[in-house]
Amino acid sequence: MTSAIQLEGLTKSFGEKVVLDQLDLDVAAGRVFALLGPNGAGKTTTVHILSTLMRPDAGVARVGGHDVVASPEAVRALIGVTGQFSAVDNLLTGEENLRLMADLRHLGRKEGARRTAELLERFDLAEAARKPLSTYSGGMRRRLDLAMTLVSRPQIVFLDEPTTGLDPRSRAEMWDIVRELVAAGTTIFLTTQYLEEADQLAHRVAVLDHGVIVADGTPSELKRLVPGGRIHLEFEDQPAFDGALAVLEDATRDDAALALDVPSDGSFASIRTVMDRLEAGRVEARALTIHTPDLDDVFLALTGHDAPKEVAQ
Amino acid sequence: MSTLAHTVADSRTMLRRSLLHAVRYPVITYLVLTPLIFLLLFVYVFGDTLGAGIGGEGTDAYLQYVVPGVLLLTIAGGVTGPALSVSKDLTEGIIARFRTMDISRSAVLTGHVLGNLVQVLLATAIVTAVALLMGFRAPASVLDVLAAAALLAAIGFVLCWLGAAFGVFAKGVESASNLPMPLMILPFLGSGFVPTESMPGWLQWFAEHQPFTPFIETLRALLFDTELGSNGWLSLVWILVLGLIGWLWARFLYERKTVR
Repeated sequence: MTSAIQLEGLTKSFGEKVVLDQLDLDVAAGRVFALLGPNGAGKTTTVHILSTLMRPDAGVARVGGHDVVASPEAVRALIGVTGQFSAVDNLLTGEENLRLMADLRHLGRKEGARRTAELLERFDLAEAARKPLSTYSGGMRRRLDLAMTLVSRPQIVFLDEPTTGLDPRSRAEMWDIVRELVAAGTTIFLTTQYLEEADQLAHRVAVLDHGVIVADGTPSELKRLVPGGRIHLEFEDQPAFDGALAVLEDATRDDAALALDVPSDGSFASIRTVMDRLEAGRVEARALTIHTPDLDDVFLALTGHDAPKEVAQ
Repeated sequence: MSTLAHTVADSRTMLRRSLLHAVRYPVITYLVLTPLIFLLLFVYVFGDTLGAGIGGEGTDAYLQYVVPGVLLLTIAGGVTGPALSVSKDLTEGIIARFRTMDISRSAVLTGHVLGNLVQVLLATAIVTAVALLMGFRAPASVLDVLAAAALLAAIGFVLCWLGAAFGVFAKGVESASNLPMPLMILPFLGSGFVPTESMPGWLQWFAEHQPFTPFIETLRALLFDTELGSNGWLSLVWILVLGLIGWLWARFLYERKTVR
């Protein structure tokens, strides 16, 4: 698969503080790549360098095959960026904002008007198209922001914490849009501090902590890296529960629910061991479920500190 | 698209944006009100006394004397417009968007400068119209009037670039609106409202060596056919110097502030 974005030894410091330390990454074209990390991990700095807003101190970054330092214009022609803070013109209407983008991308009058109408419709902004932005809700602003990024149909889209501060419904809408973009062949470089978001959207996830990539893989690969998996068993009655306890000495018990958790790496062998022991003790379980670790477990294991919790709305 | 065509197209787009801003957020009200208040105040309150002071016949004589100064005051007020709009852009997220797009580097500043120039020239036209209603009459030919208009436009243009530089230099919108203040006092500290000879020595020296005095005297020479002297070429030099400072400073600061 061809790569859309490549980083080699990317380093950036602000004064004494090293923000990015020898970052290596390779993002495949047409996929969603998520850079996951807490506040201050260096996510936004990475996006700023890749979108030509900032120059790296050392290392190489190529976007769409172009070096971001040597040929920023070529990079800018390929990319679209939606940052953390709304980048809309507050004195213009939604429609005027989109037309401004169309003009700056040199789409031409007719195509600009067509593309604007299309995006207003797609992003559910047609009704508010001619209203001033002061009347827009947070979700509408964010949709307009992304629509403005997409006016030129960029091949590579950077989304820096696209759903931070959005309500659950707006967040789900944003996820749908991202999935549509990928289905149309766009490469998405996403940063997020929400584990669920990376899990939902990304083909590949890199975990960034203090400017260093601590893990890189598919969401399920990452989950396999860490302990925390278990087999959850539920029983019909007290005798069955007691019988199971007798044969599964390493289980943690939940007396009220008549349930047991047995540590497991999720492998077939570990499941068979549990089932064999139950069979030997002639115990029937009512239900068996396998829990693989979620990205919260991954985060804790990889960085040694808790995953960031969602900020209260 | 060639680089030049690119720059022109982007600057035009940014000019359109700036004019839309002007419609939504009409700075022009302030651009007109401040000089009008001074015009009315100086003519109707102080005019009789000041008119006698410059050796004329009361209020009307003073009106003829003060209008060029008030017009330059209007033009000087135009510095605030680009200072505000440029600094507002830089404090908002939209500038980051522009910078990640393949658009001409200077287009953002050029758009603000030209958009604000349109407003300040409109304001000058309104102030002129009021002055005419009050009885201002200049015995000038059409050609002289056109030359006067061109002079005002040229001064407005370079001051707008200076304003844009203030806008990039300012830490925030508030300081951007304060920075141009000293510049707007200059028409008072020149020959705009009273002849420089009536000032104390040290102030007279300053008044005679600051740009607004030759600007005002050149305007008077064009409108009333008074002695031009060295004021013509002094004005030209000041326009070039101020323009070059404003343009270079604005672009230099803009580059430095936006590329890290």
